[in-house]
Amino acid sequence: MTGATAATVVLNGLTLAALYFIVASGFSLIFGLMRTVNMAHGSLYLIGAYIGYAVFEPLYDRDLWYAWYVAILVGMAAAALFGILMQTALLGWMQGQELRQALVTIALSIIVADQLLARFGGTPRQFFAPDALFGSTSIPLIGNYPTFRLVQIGVALAVGIGLWLLLNRTRIGLMVRAGVDDRPMLAAMGVNVPLVAVAVFALGAALAGLGGVIGATAQPLAQGVDARFLLTALVVVIVGGMGSIAGTAIGALLVGLAEQIGQALFPTYSVILTFLIMVIVLALRPQGIMGRAR
Amino acid sequence: MNLARTLLRAGGIGLAILVLAPLALRAMLPENQALFWIGNIFARALIYGIIALSLTFLATYGGFVSLAQMMVAGVAGYVLAITVQGAVPVIIGGFGYPVAILLALGAAVLAGLAVGAISARTNDIYLLMITLALAVGFYRFVETNIDWFNGYEGIRNVLGPDLLGRKFRDPILFYAIASATALSLYLGVIFLVRTPFGLALQGIRDNPRRVSALGYNVMLHRIVAFGIAGFIAGCGGVLATIYNIGISPGSIGLGATMNLLIISVIGGLGHPIGAFIGALLFAIFDTFAASIYDRDRFNTLIGAVFLSIVLISPDGALGMVRRLREGFARKPRAGAPPL
Amino acid sequence: MFKGLITRRAAAALAVTASAAFVAPAFAQQGGVIRIGSIKTLEGPFATGGQDAVRALTMAFEEVNFTVAGKKIEWVRESSNAQADVALARARKLIEQDQVDIIIGPLSGAEGMALRDYSRTLTGNTIVNGQSAAADTTLRDVSPNFFRFNGDGMQWIAGLGTYAYKTMNARHVAMVGGDYAFPYAQVFGFMQEFCKLGGKVTKLWSPLGTTDFASTIASIPKNADAVLVIHGGTDALAFLTQYAQAGGQQPLIAGPVTVDQVVMSARGPHRRLLNNLISAGPIVDDSDDPTWKAFVDRYKKRFPDGFAAPSINAVHYYIAARAVLMALEQVKGDLSSNQQAFQAALAKLEVPTPMGGKVRLDDNRQAIASNFIRRVVDRNGQLFTTQVERFDNVTQTYGMPRAEFLALGSPSRDNPSCPPQ
Repeated sequence: MTGATAATVVLNGLTLAALYFIVASGFSLIFGLMRTVNMAHGSLYLIGAYIGYAVFEPLYDRDLWYAWYVAILVGMAAAALFGILMQTALLGWMQGQELRQALVTIALSIIVADQLLARFGGTPRQFFAPDALFGSTSIPLIGNYPTFRLVQIGVALAVGIGLWLLLNRTRIGLMVRAGVDDRPMLAAMGVNVPLVAVAVFALGAALAGLGGVIGATAQPLAQGVDARFLLTALVVVIVGGMGSIAGTAIGALLVGLAEQIGQALFPTYSVILTFLIMVIVLALRPQGIMGRAR
Repeated sequence: MNLARTLLRAGGIGLAILVLAPLALRAMLPENQALFWIGNIFARALIYGIIALSLTFLATYGGFVSLAQMMVAGVAGYVLAITVQGAVPVIIGGFGYPVAILLALGAAVLAGLAVGAISARTNDIYLLMITLALAVGFYRFVETNIDWFNGYEGIRNVLGPDLLGRKFRDPILFYAIASATALSLYLGVIFLVRTPFGLALQGIRDNPRRVSALGYNVMLHRIVAFGIAGFIAGCGGVLATIYNIGISPGSIGLGATMNLLIISVIGGLGHPIGAFIGALLFAIFDTFAASIYDRDRFNTLIGAVFLSIVLISPDGALGMVRRLREGFARKPRAGAPPL
Repeated sequence: MFKGLITRRAAAALAVTASAAFVAPAFAQQGGVIRIGSIKTLEGPFATGGQDAVRALTMAFEEVNFTVAGKKIEWVRESSNAQADVALARARKLIEQDQVDIIIGPLSGAEGMALRDYSRTLTGNTIVNGQSAAADTTLRDVSPNFFRFNGDGMQWIAGLGTYAYKTMNARHVAMVGGDYAFPYAQVFGFMQEFCKLGGKVTKLWSPLGTTDFASTIASIPKNADAVLVIHGGTDALAFLTQYAQAGGQQPLIAGPVTVDQVVMSARGPHRRLLNNLISAGPIVDDSDDPTWKAFVDRYKKRFPDGFAAPSINAVHYYIAARAVLMALEQVKGDLSSNQQAFQAALAKLEVPTPMGGKVRLDDNRQAIASNFIRRVVDRNGQLFTTQVERFDNVTQTYGMPRAEFLALGSPSRDNPSCPPQ
């Protein structure tokens, strides 16, 4: 493998990791505060992408330059709305029953996938990135590289920094972090914990929706994508450590790089590389790389 | 003495149901339809009931909701298909059914132990996630590996041995074998949970620290429990592979894994019998969904049923029945369901 | 109280479900009825193709007003999710519970193999393949009750290797495809022609389920004269999009399932690459043939919400249904003595296809059919394939004697092999 190809493969891994981070960060955030394992996280991705697409298509047909940006906003809003519904109608009142919550979200994911199939059919779809983000950019050593993949890195960095600022520099972040450590104490201090929970759920869901539109611009949007992204999110946070944003970033990097490097070096066995990483991490640190021991 | 009586009673009732149900069907339905029910719906319910039993056993007595049980069954199915004579394509081949089945069960136990070793340090929701990731990882490996698993198309033509001059897959014979296997495993679980090992396992479920302080090796108990569950799932996997005339990645994919979870939860995770109740309900549902409801939206229907069970009666049909009975008897019972 | 109420209601619902299921079908085996079951995929990623198959069957049965040889046709529809086990369970239900005489289906390769095996255990029932195209289904361990009126994956690519070498003057082709049996067979077919002429092929396999092809794209040799895309469906869409985004410049040629109505009606940046793309395949969307034009008109009139042109799934399910109806007509609906007369009629049939050609069967009950080299054209924003060349009587063994063909070995990742240098 030449140096340029190797550099391309590594950059591919980084850009894929960026997408995984965007999707997994919402999952990790929700888990961090509420201990809710949202098995419908992939469905939120689908909802964001499909609803975003439904709004995107007519705008794009009229050649409006902002079509894709509107899709991002609508996709995030739709996923957030569905997340709020899930939390208030179903998950909120069974707080603490983690397994039951996981089962409820599994049931929801089955229903959502089927209903989206009924509404949108099985034809794969894909967003057109706006002209400014499409095509390729020249990078030293690598040559022409898809611009949109670089945008993915930018979005992931923005999400990561934004979440860090939110959690570490704002009052709501303070409450969330306090809630991670001790929910009853937070409630005793007069904080409306259920409201904070809904807000966090909405934010986590919106991130899944953002991932949906970004992901469906980079890769086709089709049935079954929800399961793939849910599993990627699971592996990323298992490896990185549940509830830690930095851990999620590390997990996403490991998984993204492993997938791309494996695919280039030994395509036949590349699939197990990801799971091998997971098993090794679990054997050495069951709580994940950045997770805190319980 | 008490244990022997329990076993005898459960065995007697089980045997009676398993013998009487097909007889009743033959009296009620035309010949071919009765055979369809026996050979397909009941047999299928027993097979998937056995695999679900491994999950119910772990969940009820160990507190582990493991999503890797379909995968473990798949390990057994694949080892059978890889080693047995007559399977297409030939991977290793050459072994007769007795040896191949033993190898398959051995592999399932090992797979169970491995799942236990990887996941038993964690609990509850972590365990659910890790076992799910393992299951899907194995599925994707099998789907992409041609040399050992023949990839996407899987391994076919696993017909099962001829027994008593009949084909293994003769509906009545197959039903009898599935029934005998299911009943033995069910009684085995009932027996096991009353042995010192089973009691220790339940102690660990309720309070690992205390049991550990009493000198028990908590990790070892957990891993062994997964090994036993592996054996149970392996039996189901062998039967399922012969029933399906082979195995392909779809048999153990995410859908199959979720179906197994649905079976266990619908039946109820509070008692081993829930696995079989859930499997029967699921088999009926799956077969006749097209007649009851538009097949195109089957998944919405099954998802909605699953959701309502989890919301209304988290301990499944079993819990529903129990609550109805308690409604009349007003006699609260001990033992909380794991949810 | 409220809780108890819900519980009881749920229990009642379950009881209703269970008892509804117990009710035996209201029909018995009657002399005047022929029962045909169908299996297609209406769940999951293959659902689009399955929906089009339903349209085709509806058309075929409506054309004869659900009557053949004076007998009424009862159509029992079942759907699978492209998994072998599920297709098998549905087939058992159709045969054993619903008592159908004939099954038309299934859609995907692994399902086809499972039903072929199942059909061998049957006496007095026939399975006519819907669209599944794994070569081994009718090449090795064949079943007397399994008939396939469509070509397999290898037949669908016939002509492309010759076209690439002679017309495009390609000498080195880089192939990208999914790492499993169906693409293996197509690449085998391509290389039969291309390597014999002296061409060289670099193979780049991606594991099934890959969605990010960036590293594969980076590995395409710069000196390849063309890139042969074997991916189908969503994989094809993903590959083409990412190739476009990476600014790929090498000319593309495509396999039979890469360019179909699913990919062509999907929107996205890949469409720029599709225009003028050369591919091989068993159907042409925009053929001048009057039979085809009439077929498309009927399809669009009956199903305004369908595709711009019937998909490959629709065409194959339609041919299968036509074959069944023609054979039934010939034997006057007589399915007695284990369908012997019916099966004999099927085996000898020459079925006119909507493409204006004819398809007949070989000794293994596998289709000998036409195949096309096609070019994608843009008609007012709609993409269609047009005919470039047509090859008739393409056999499963590429015209070789069966023994000689089997001696070449099963298609695999490394068989055949003719790498550059």
